[in-house]
Amino acid sequence: MTAPLRLAVWKFASCDGCQLALLESGDLLLELAEAVEIAHFAEASSSMREGPWDLSLVEGSITTAEDIARIRHIRENSRLLVAIGACATAGGIQALRNVADAGAFAAAVYPHPEILDALETSTPVSDHVAVDLELQGCPISSAQLLEVITALLSGRKPQLPVEPVCFECKRAGHPCVLVANGTPCLGPVTTAGCGALCPAVGRGCYGCFGPLPGAVPAVLSQRLAELGLHRAELTALYRSFAAAAPANAEEAARHE
Amino acid sequence: MAFQAHAIIDSPAPLVAALKDAGWKVIAPVERDGALVLAAIQSAEELPRGRVDRASPGEVRIEDGRPGRWFDHTLPASGWKRWLHPPRHLLWRANRGRDGFELKTPPPETEDLAFLGIRPCDLAAIARLDAVLGPDGSADTEYMRRRRHMLSVVVQCARAADTCFCTGPGTGPRAEHGFDLALTELEIGLLVEVGSERGAGILERLPSREARETDIEEAHAISRKTAGMQRRRLPPSAAAAIAQAPDHPEWDQLAARCLACGNCTLVCPTCFCTDVEDTTDLSGDHAERWQVWDSCFATGFSFVHEGPVRTSVRSRYRQWLTHKLATWYDQYGTSGCIGCGRCIAWCPVGIDLTAAAEAIARPASPSPAPTGG
Ligand code: SF4
Ligand code: SF4
Ligand code: SF4
Ligand code: SF4
Repeated sequence: MTAPLRLAVWKFASCDGCQLALLESGDLLLELAEAVEIAHFAEASSSMREGPWDLSLVEGSITTAEDIARIRHIRENSRLLVAIGACATAGGIQALRNVADAGAFAAAVYPHPEILDALETSTPVSDHVAVDLELQGCPISSAQLLEVITALLSGRKPQLPVEPVCFECKRAGHPCVLVANGTPCLGPVTTAGCGALCPAVGRGCYGCFGPLPGAVPAVLSQRLAELGLHRAELTALYRSFAAAAPANAEEAARHE
Repeated sequence: MAFQAHAIIDSPAPLVAALKDAGWKVIAPVERDGALVLAAIQSAEELPRGRVDRASPGEVRIEDGRPGRWFDHTLPASGWKRWLHPPRHLLWRANRGRDGFELKTPPPETEDLAFLGIRPCDLAAIARLDAVLGPDGSADTEYMRRRRHMLSVVVQCARAADTCFCTGPGTGPRAEHGFDLALTELEIGLLVEVGSERGAGILERLPSREARETDIEEAHAISRKTAGMQRRRLPPSAAAAIAQAPDHPEWDQLAARCLACGNCTLVCPTCFCTDVEDTTDLSGDHAERWQVWDSCFATGFSFVHEGPVRTSVRSRYRQWLTHKLATWYDQYGTSGCIGCGRCIAWCPVGIDLTAAAEAIARPASPSPAPTGG
């Protein structure tokens, strides 16, 4: 029998929510522990084994000089590196500091901001090392993560949707919240994968699964402006979970 | 025809009860979160009585209408296709055994579905789907099985929404055949038309009285009034024009406004496209194949070797309009559009396919003559 796949899970600047999505997958996690060797997963186990690893799952954004060195080390010792969640793929909510004065934030919060050693920006993993695959979401969907691992184990390509949230919304039978209630919704320009969680409860999509490649947010913004959204509100809409994703950053800046 | 029996019933309540007694699961429009959606109902109490929808491009609101009226609203947010051609459907499971793998088709869950309150255009949409998925089409087993277990109680429309245009394609506002029962809401009650033996059997169980000639006349007058409320129309030349105008400059205008969100295809009662998704589990011993709704607005829809063919929004919008209004004729001998107007009302940016068709059918203005030099 071939050696089991060696899996490592890493955390950078993040809330641990994506790792929890893995921990919360219940029985599947037990199955996973049998199917692969979990070599490093600090949130779940104290045994931390050295590389090389076959698959590294990286949660969190890069926010310190030490992070840069660490992500390089991980990349060098991983056959495949998958960035998981809005922080690792787009800088996360903490990337709001990229368009603000990070020093002023630190001074407002900490009595001794000088002891902090953080970069001016929060950036996605792909800004620093090559990434083999990105899993979207804040947090990621555990089903998608399992899909990636099972696909890897069976030597096939993972099936990840490249379609807007609207597809999942309509398959689930939810009427469009934008049309039915005038609720601002980023669904048409956001990558599917969550199962349309927010429209299911009558809320607009906040775009936590990141911009859909090729979508044109300007078309949506124009409609939202017609519905009464002010420029500042439009900027705020695109500046949330995936604020630093280029499509969002650009669209937010356009309305500033 | 054999089934011309007309009767008057006072309310749909005994009808819902009789259908349920006879073992039918009754699917009807209900109001939920500010929209009309289709759901299984237990009693007529759940119908959106006294409520009406106001639909315009990109905006639909439900509000109070004439109190007590059962069916003054128009269409639910999406077509009835989800009950016949479900959004996700397991095609088979495979289990690895000692000698290769074994395929298992899931046992069909057979439910008898009564579509209560389906409108004439949506009934026509099912006939269009029959041509695509039925025995003369791709013979989709699941579709055909569900179709055999379906009964229809049409409601003849007493109001048209601003987005309705069934009179053009002739699919409404009155259905003449193809239903089991049809109701028209009159001042004195509901006129019942019988369209099948099965329908006659159900009517027999209801407290009813005979309809007078004037009741039938009133029903026809209602249909004429409803037809008169419609403002939109597809130009008759649309099919030919669209098929011949792949380079019309209007496509650029449309593409500049379109989100490529696919809502139009997903709410359209005749769009049928699906994709297949394969899954495996961690052990690698179990696999499943699912059929899921797809849309020509997805980039992956036109994926051939090395990538999608239709990358631009322009090419995808053109595919949608061309298939619906033109090439559908080549495939199935009819238009793919039955004039329900859902793609207009439920388009988040309010793109109007009748206006789009009209713009394409208009000859492109000649490009300005070269000015020397
Ligand atoms: S609907 Fe949007 S914000 Fe809500 S979970 Fe899905 S992607 Fe995230
Ligand atoms: S026409 Fe409207 S509903 Fe259809 S894809 Fe374009 S924006 Fe979406
Ligand atoms: S194309 Fe539009 S109007 Fe025509 S049947 Fe489909 S949703 Fe209805
Ligand atoms: S318009 Fe598009 S989604 Fe609808 S049936 Fe045609 S190709 Fe399929």
